[in-house]
Amino acid sequence: MSADMIVIPDVGIGNVKSVANMLNRVGAPVHVSNQPGDLKNAKRIILAGVGAFDAGMQALSAGGWVEQLQEAVRVRKVPVLGICLGMQLLCKGSEEGTIPGLCWVDATVMRFDAKEFPNIKVPHMGWNTIDVKRTNDIIPVDEPDQRYYFAHSYHVVCEDRNNLVATVDYGNAVAAVIQNENVFGVQFHPEKSHRFGMHLLANFLKV
Amino acid sequence: MLKHRVIPALLLRNDGLVKTHRFKSPQYIGDPLNAVRIFNDKEVDELMVLDMDASKTGAPPNFSMIEQLAGECFMPLCYGGGIRALDDARRIFALGIEKVCLQTAALRDLSIVSRIAERYGQQSVVVSVDVKRDWLGKPKLYAAATSKTIKFSWQQFIQDAVTAGAGEILLNAVDRDGTLKGPDLPLIGAVSKGLPIPLISLGGVSSLADIKAAVEAGATAVAAGAFFVLHGPHRAVLITYPQYRNLEKLFAN
Repeated sequence: MSADMIVIPDVGIGNVKSVANMLNRVGAPVHVSNQPGDLKNAKRIILAGVGAFDAGMQALSAGGWVEQLQEAVRVRKVPVLGICLGMQLLCKGSEEGTIPGLCWVDATVMRFDAKEFPNIKVPHMGWNTIDVKRTNDIIPVDEPDQRYYFAHSYHVVCEDRNNLVATVDYGNAVAAVIQNENVFGVQFHPEKSHRFGMHLLANFLKV
Repeated sequence: MLKHRVIPALLLRNDGLVKTHRFKSPQYIGDPLNAVRIFNDKEVDELMVLDMDASKTGAPPNFSMIEQLAGECFMPLCYGGGIRALDDARRIFALGIEKVCLQTAALRDLSIVSRIAERYGQQSVVVSVDVKRDWLGKPKLYAAATSKTIKFSWQQFIQDAVTAGAGEILLNAVDRDGTLKGPDLPLIGAVSKGLPIPLISLGGVSSLADIKAAVEAGATAVAAGAFFVLHGPHRAVLITYPQYRNLEKLFAN
């Protein structure tokens, strides 16, 4: 893949530098971009973000990204990976805000409800293992002791169980990996999950 | 199940790493980049790098050093020291760091914690709380920048920090720093009680058993300095980190 084929939109909502650092380490040239037009040549898109849902969607809109993203992901079916808040933005909306999401996955983002998740501390922060629910192309299959770094206060609830690829146990099952066709989301931070995350990102480049 | 994080906490002074003893007598440990590379190879859970001078001298964070450190870390990295404004935090996040740790600015005005949490999420801001026991053994809030205890109640400060939007509390037992005499378990117990956000304890850890004891006392995660960088009675520099399997075994029973 040439330098401008993996595009990471930089809209100031997240740690795009660490994602780029890790992709560089696996030898994949990435283009961290502030020009939505760069998506026209994208073969892979990574949406990385942290923070509040509405702030994330507003940043995408204000930068003029939404239309180009829709075209790339919906029309050209470019594989996209949403990381952390980036995964939540793939959904229809969030209890954290009022602005609609990108609506690529039939899912909504919810608070950790005290009844459903008793006695937990929020944010869910730290290393956790995942339970794979269905066959997929991105979760490494040959890594023992696989673990991923999570840091989130809201979680994704899929309406269609087929979109749920893996869950994580935090008082109850929480969506960890989702997929709808060419749209992938991971609630954890692969870019901060040592060789496990590196392997997962490398797999995403091959889907 | 969520794992208890075990976190090397490294002290930065000028361009080198040091280790202190009860917040005094910094001993030179080595080159920060080299140490971070070793910890990355050892697949540590997380790293904290705290600049011990930035708030004392009023210097800004060492952004070029931070960027180099972030480039070597494929695990979460928390930076603390000299962060005074939202823009300092923004620059640090843009360099590839996920968390900032605040003490001096937070003691002055917790609204900086709120501003960072609103913009970058609660998970991105850690409030560092240093506690020192007085001659009667009573815990007191302590300001690392001035090396003085503060009259304000430490319990109230922690509560206010949570309300302001802190994502984690880093609790450092000043009297145990660098002593390898074990964590202040009653203090950890008192802070963790009713705390709705994760608690990272720091200070005194000398063994895996100490790490386990801190977790049993209520710490969500355990940080340590000397345990990971010093070895033996003569405090020789040796960077170590337990095998992942040994940590798994430690917390399994």
